[in-house]
Amino acid sequence: MKSEKKHNSKLTTLTKLFLSTLYISAFTFGGGFVIITFMKRKFVDELHWIDEEEMLNLAALAQSAPGAIAVNAAILVGWRVAGFLGMIVSIIGTILPPMIILSVISFFYAEFATNLYVTFALKGMQAGVAAVILDVVFGLGSNVLKEKSILSVTILIAAFIATYFLDINVIFIILAAIMVGIMKELIYLRKEHTL
Amino acid sequence: MIYLQLLLSFMQVGLFSIGGGYAAIPLIQNQVVDTHSWLTLNEFTNLITIAEMTPGPIAVNSATFVGIRVAGFGGAVISTFGCILPSCFIVSLLAFIYYKFKGVSTIQSVLSSLRPAVVALIAAAGLSILQLVLFNDDSIMLKNINWIGAATFLTAFIILRKWKWNPILVMSLCGVFSLIINLI
Repeated sequence: MKSEKKHNSKLTTLTKLFLSTLYISAFTFGGGFVIITFMKRKFVDELHWIDEEEMLNLAALAQSAPGAIAVNAAILVGWRVAGFLGMIVSIIGTILPPMIILSVISFFYAEFATNLYVTFALKGMQAGVAAVILDVVFGLGSNVLKEKSILSVTILIAAFIATYFLDINVIFIILAAIMVGIMKELIYLRKEHTL
Repeated sequence: MIYLQLLLSFMQVGLFSIGGGYAAIPLIQNQVVDTHSWLTLNEFTNLITIAEMTPGPIAVNSATFVGIRVAGFGGAVISTFGCILPSCFIVSLLAFIYYKFKGVSTIQSVLSSLRPAVVALIAAAGLSILQLVLFNDDSIMLKNINWIGAATFLTAFIILRKWKWNPILVMSLCGVFSLIINLI
């Protein structure tokens, strides 16, 4: 009886995970960071499965590994929420929508790419995507400011300038942030040692 | 045989594209156009346009498209499987390390420096999309402002910030609004 209940709740979690990733993936236009903002809204704000700090850690991991960020993030969130099965379920949820859409489009792709209605609707949706991302950025950014750490704010600004204005490869930015973290720890340890 | 070729090609794409979407494009081109001639360069350019207009990672979109053209639906499944397989192993390994050592203070320190960097990366991604929306071509000048785009963005942003509407609903409404206003 008890194990059946447990089994059922696991099944509910997996179903919810599948439907959430399917839904997010079907509507997420643009690169991998877009899907991370949608995942944050869904899994952190709505379902409370993951806290905000951990979501950002997972985002950093997803970004650091090779492959599509959306798929990497799905793997991590899936593992975190429901283990191995969760990973499989959320990968399938994430890749199914693009697979279906691209399969359909591959049969009449030239017409699709030049269709005026499609272009209009997509243009408007771009505005919506920009709004969604910047809304999430406002929330995340104000939490970084709340830490009242000069180092965090400096990293935020420096990373932004590096990627947006200087077009520096994301990998180098991630590596630099990792180095800063290690150095901070070393300096802290040395201070403690000399005291 | 063709299945094996597709699998190996897209495994390479999955394994070596670090840094998401745009990083994968040259790798896909190398495999699909230069090495195997599965698509012409023109077809490939169309594919990238479509991939950017439709949901999903560019690598998965390309794998599906190329796979279907070369070997039908089975080809699409095999290619997609190939491009996510390396991620599954590497990401699982990273996750294992993360959960095993996340209490260690060095890892904590690294993660706390990574978080603001990730916020900055998300901000930059959002702003480059906003730039596409606000200006009619690449040059950022006042006379090039797309007022409809700007108004759509602002309205959507305020609705999201103030009333916390469902983001996917807001996005779909933006699409419908843009379609209607362009047709009038």
